[in-house]
Amino acid sequence: MAEDWVPAGVDVSRPSAARVYDYFLGGAHNFAVDRQLAEQIEAMTPNIAETMRSNRVFLRRAVRFLVARGVRQFLDIGSGIPTAGNVHEIALEAAADSKIVYVDVDPVAVEHSRAILAGTPNTAVILADARDVERILAEAGKLLDFDEPVAVLLAGVVHFIPDADDPAATVKALRDAVPPGSWLLISHATADGQPAEVIEAQRLSGRTATEITLRPAAEIEAYFDGFELAEPGLVFIPLWRPDPQEPTDEHPERVGAYAGVGKKK
Amino acid sequence: MSFVELWRRQLVAAGFVPLDAGQLDELLSGLAGRLRAGDSGEVVGAALVEAHLTDPAMLAATVEVIDDPRVAAQVAAGYAQAIRAATMADQEELNQAVLRALRASEARLRAVFDNAAIGIGVSAMDGRIVQVNQAFADLLGYTREQMCHLLVPGLTHPEDPRDMWRMYEGVINGDVDHVRMEKAYYRKDGGEIWTDLTVSLIRDDEGRPEFTIAMVQDITDRRRLKKRLEHQATHDPLTGLPNRTKIASDLVRIFRDNASVGVCYLDLDGFKRINDTLGHQVGDELLAAVAKRLERSTNHVAGRMGGDEFVVLVEDPADMRKLAGSLLRELSRPYVIRKHRLRISASIGVVESEVAATSPQELMKAADLTLYAAKSDGRGRFVMYDSERDARQAARYALAAEMPDALDRREFTLVYQPLVSLQDRELRGVEALVRWDHPRLGRIGPDAFIPLAEETGVILPLGRWVLEEACAQAAEWAKEFPGRRVAMSVNMTVSQAHDPGLLADVDGILLRTGWDPALLVLELTESAVMDPEGTASLHGLAERGIRIAIDDFGTGYSNLAYLRRLPVHVLKLAGPFVEGLREDGESDSVDERIVETIIRLAHAIGISVTAEAVETAPQEATLRRLGCDTGQGWLFSRPLSSSEVTELLVNSLSSSSADV
Repeated sequence: MAEDWVPAGVDVSRPSAARVYDYFLGGAHNFAVDRQLAEQIEAMTPNIAETMRSNRVFLRRAVRFLVARGVRQFLDIGSGIPTAGNVHEIALEAAADSKIVYVDVDPVAVEHSRAILAGTPNTAVILADARDVERILAEAGKLLDFDEPVAVLLAGVVHFIPDADDPAATVKALRDAVPPGSWLLISHATADGQPAEVIEAQRLSGRTATEITLRPAAEIEAYFDGFELAEPGLVFIPLWRPDPQEPTDEHPERVGAYAGVGKKK
Repeated sequence: MSFVELWRRQLVAAGFVPLDAGQLDELLSGLAGRLRAGDSGEVVGAALVEAHLTDPAMLAATVEVIDDPRVAAQVAAGYAQAIRAATMADQEELNQAVLRALRASEARLRAVFDNAAIGIGVSAMDGRIVQVNQAFADLLGYTREQMCHLLVPGLTHPEDPRDMWRMYEGVINGDVDHVRMEKAYYRKDGGEIWTDLTVSLIRDDEGRPEFTIAMVQDITDRRRLKKRLEHQATHDPLTGLPNRTKIASDLVRIFRDNASVGVCYLDLDGFKRINDTLGHQVGDELLAAVAKRLERSTNHVAGRMGGDEFVVLVEDPADMRKLAGSLLRELSRPYVIRKHRLRISASIGVVESEVAATSPQELMKAADLTLYAAKSDGRGRFVMYDSERDARQAARYALAAEMPDALDRREFTLVYQPLVSLQDRELRGVEALVRWDHPRLGRIGPDAFIPLAEETGVILPLGRWVLEEACAQAAEWAKEFPGRRVAMSVNMTVSQAHDPGLLADVDGILLRTGWDPALLVLELTESAVMDPEGTASLHGLAERGIRIAIDDFGTGYSNLAYLRRLPVHVLKLAGPFVEGLREDGESDSVDERIVETIIRLAHAIGISVTAEAVETAPQEATLRRLGCDTGQGWLFSRPLSSSEVTELLVNSLSSSSADV
């Protein structure tokens, strides 16, 4: 990107997606502007907190799933402010030789992550936009070995990339950078199965907050081109390999987001 | 249901639990064990927060499952303390993260500022320079600290754009946010640099001007190159004088800044001859020497318009005559070029005018026309602009410009003046004469437009048309009056005679019209006949059986020697000789003796003689006595239209048949 060399601005007077997410997860790593926006979004889309939380829970389940399949390298793009049950905690707990790279565009989230990871070997944090794949790969390559399988995690990120910026191209560039046997994780907001008023509310939220592009299942599934989706495929987040001990979710569509994990062929 | 089981269900039902079921079970079992062991409820409350069960609903659910209100109160107190501590820790962490991010961001910006290749400076609204980067300091040769003791208004330079400080004021007052200009600075060591300067205004949160940022880029070299290119584009490489482009722009400037203007438009006389005889190198050196003299002899702008044409532009002229005279004197002094000692004169057209009364284009056009007048007045002189002459000249040019279209519109017609035998007045031929039926000016004679056509080159198409029309008409008469051999005479100018396509044109015309070349006479002036460049054409025409007549014989440079060498068949005696002939009895006039000599001489070498402008019977009688062959003039007939000639032929036919 042209502004590569320009440091991303630190502007605490504007809300940040990472800090809003933190608020929804019960953290206190946020400012009044972030909470104000979070409350606005919550007022319009009452399920939003649940969506964010179930996304977090899904990520935890999925990382366990990947570790169990022998994945030892993780590239978490759009990692946000690390809260309980972070990717690195789960991965390192399962396998001490795991390597984790976090990427976020928010300089505060990045600094925060650095503080948390200080002294943790085999981890790194990159300040970059998700669309800037070239830069991400160059930086991540300092820690990760792209000749070995890598799990690319795009949890709640791709819906921040508008159609005009061709999200499929971003995903494809990431796919092309990793060897067969690598994994791709995506969770993505959708209007599928949502009542009309929720869709309208989300459309309105696009005006005030960081813009989110809702996409149908087929479009999200297409991002997995070249990957084989693991069971149960692309499903509403709560339905992705739920914890058998947890009560069954009666209305999984209410989270308004799909999740899927695929293996590169 | 066990206490732990119940607790877990309440928590999961209450809200978000960032633990999976196994982890949660493990946590709750441990805490339940501690409660049973008699530990304070505060420890349990704190542990919940530590496990990120930070949603207040988690506390409510917990208090609900604990029966003992004292223990429940302890849990609540522990929870509240812990969440307060966790929140403060989170906020502290966040603030630290923000500070680090800001520092990193600032450090990057600082690095950009310090290492930028362009100079960047910040100054306060009172003009104090607050901060500059190394590039700016290096540019002006100061240290960064020294720069901070300077004031922006002190950085003036004589070549600052006129409105520069007004623009700067505009920025200071907040009227404009950016200004950009090319500005020179003096360096500390006294040197000079040119920069591309942008000054931007930075405002505070309320929008009030707070400080300005100047960004400068060194364009000294670029500017020097640009100047050189500009000089090359506006100056003549041979003489170093301003070229036509520069003169045009100088003239615009003079028109803008002055009340009146003068121009000397000059041209070297016979420069082509020097080029042709001594070579272009000598010619070029002569031009350079002329340019040097022009420059030395006047303080005014002198330029080269191209070729051997120069101009001198005078702002608010005092005495243009004096200037033109001195230029002529100066330029006519001998030049020594290599081993040649050359003299060359110049002709000058001089124009002087109020700027309000003319435009640069009109002024130059007038100067050019006046130069032309000086040339035709005999060279080596200057001529002052004369509006009447200019008007005449302009009218001529206008006429010349109309001619090609007139030819297309067939505005030209031919009339025919009979040539008769002086023995019996029998019709021997006609001379085709061209007329222009101008839509506005009426019928115009050839004197008014042939010289123009000759200058502009229109003579070639016009001449072809005349020749074809005349031959076609002659052929028509020949068909209608078989047995009558009437020759057709057509005039031809110098440039027609020089036209390389002449012979091909003539062949084409003869072929198309079927006219007999033996009955075609082409009339040329003496100078055209004598010009060596036309000799080949003359021979070519003669080989086709065409006869050549020398028109107006005796008015020009009458060299009798060429008559023997060239294929000439007819001499046409010019009018003034014929006019000088008087009655039979007084036939000892000089003119008569000249005419007699010419006729005898012509006859001696087989050339026949036609007398032009025969107007009186005594003239006719004298010419007949002297042996002149044919005559032409008002005595016999004025020029006739083609139908009148047809009529004449019909009549002569009936009279001759009457004779029979």
